[in-house]
Amino acid sequence: MSYAPGIAFQILQSVFVVLAAPLVLGWVNQCRAWLQNRTAPSIWLPYYTLAKLFHKDAVIAEHASPLFRLTPYILFGCMWLAAGIVPVLATDLPFAPAADIIALVALFALARVFASLAALDIGTSFGGLGARREMLIGFLAEPAMLMALFTAAFISGSTQLTTIVETLARRELAIYPSLAFAAVAFLMVLLAENARIPVDNPTTHLELTMVHEALVLEYSARHLALVEWAAAIKLFAYMTIGFALFVPWGIAHAGDWAGLPFALGALAVKLAVAGAGLALIETVSAKFRLFLAPEFLSTAFLLAVLGMLTHFLVRG
Amino acid sequence: MPDSLPGQLVNLLAALLLLIAFAMLSQRRVLSLVRLFAWQGVALAASTLIVAHTTGQTHLYVSAGITIALKVILIPWVLHRAIDKLDVRWDVETLINIPTTMLAGIALVIFAFALATPISQMASTITRSTLGIALASVLLSFLMMIVRRKAIPQVIGFLAMENGLLFAATSATYGMPLVVELGVALDVLVATFIFGIFFFHIREQFDSLDIGHMEKLKED
Repeated sequence: MSYAPGIAFQILQSVFVVLAAPLVLGWVNQCRAWLQNRTAPSIWLPYYTLAKLFHKDAVIAEHASPLFRLTPYILFGCMWLAAGIVPVLATDLPFAPAADIIALVALFALARVFASLAALDIGTSFGGLGARREMLIGFLAEPAMLMALFTAAFISGSTQLTTIVETLARRELAIYPSLAFAAVAFLMVLLAENARIPVDNPTTHLELTMVHEALVLEYSARHLALVEWAAAIKLFAYMTIGFALFVPWGIAHAGDWAGLPFALGALAVKLAVAGAGLALIETVSAKFRLFLAPEFLSTAFLLAVLGMLTHFLVRG
Repeated sequence: MPDSLPGQLVNLLAALLLLIAFAMLSQRRVLSLVRLFAWQGVALAASTLIVAHTTGQTHLYVSAGITIALKVILIPWVLHRAIDKLDVRWDVETLINIPTTMLAGIALVIFAFALATPISQMASTITRSTLGIALASVLLSFLMMIVRRKAIPQVIGFLAMENGLLFAATSATYGMPLVVELGVALDVLVATFIFGIFFFHIREQFDSLDIGHMEKLKED
């Protein structure tokens, strides 16, 4: 058996994810601006921002340890690896057996730990504040995320994302109430983990409310670019995990070049809809007080657990 | 092996019912609570209609009709009027720790599911798997009546419990006899009116709808 087509697919997907992630971010921002009756920025704006940041000179605090310099690369690497494992364009990628859903969640956790350590490393008060908040949200979001993933894993009998997608995409069409619960829970986790509005505002620099921005406040130039790029890939990865679990149709099989254009088209449609939906959610909901975040995430956990229980009860 | 399409739809609506029960448990605003209650009625009526259509039990159509008339239209309207007259439209209840209540709710759901699974395995109705959910929503409404301190949410908890009971009846035996259902519906309607009157009396006595004040009524 030849691995070549699979590897080609893997490389293609990895490059595609990294290049497409800022576009998704741009699309979300554009939709949000339209919904709020503002003149929308160009959909390519995230690319310009990244390019601008890469051309600047980095300023690093005098007392920063190597950890601080290293972290943007680790973040970027973690997210890139995660995006390489998730079946975005095709299932059965050569990387896929490297990590199941539990390892995937752990990969996100690794990135979070390093981001928080780097924020603490500098010793500013904002860094500590951001790290603390990030950890609060992270430790509440993780169990909810795992439970939502387990619901899908129970239905397909495997924790491998590839197997889950294969099972769900090729099953006979049926209504799964358990998956509906899991989908809502997953959406809530997505909002919390990607610093989206009910939990965090990605555009604010108001010290009372910021979480993600407080974490990366000390970064500049190429480091900031990598961090922001990693955040965009993270959003992309979460979206595609959501697609893989809840709307897996249209995905190609590794090595199946004929299925690729269709898979690309399906992905583009799903991303466009999901991005617009995300912008809609962000527009219609108000940001919570930070202390309501545990309530929000415990609701997500509750929904995910309910989904799992419903699966056992109704077998579907 | 998944069920037939009506079975799946009933399962979906059952899940929705359970979800609404949880939403009611965590809802702070009185008005949203009434709205959620109405939606629960819609889900109940829809699932009853599906069961009626699939099994050809004509009296279930009547039951669904009663549910819509009473629980989606009449009772929410009565509650809205009461809320307006009592001027508690924007009342926000301070609840004890929602996550804890939710965890208690999950424990109840697990208990109800464990209780219902052996029963549903023996049953052959298309609704067999929803018995656990019906039981869970009854227990959740109980929980809601226990943790709430204001009168109106307690009454809504009571009414939601009746929703859960009706759903249990539909899922276990394709509904109660029509006479019983009519009787229950009438009871619920009368109860709502009496509760409405109680609201005003409680308010008159204590200047608030907080049931906690009633403890002062003891004679020493």
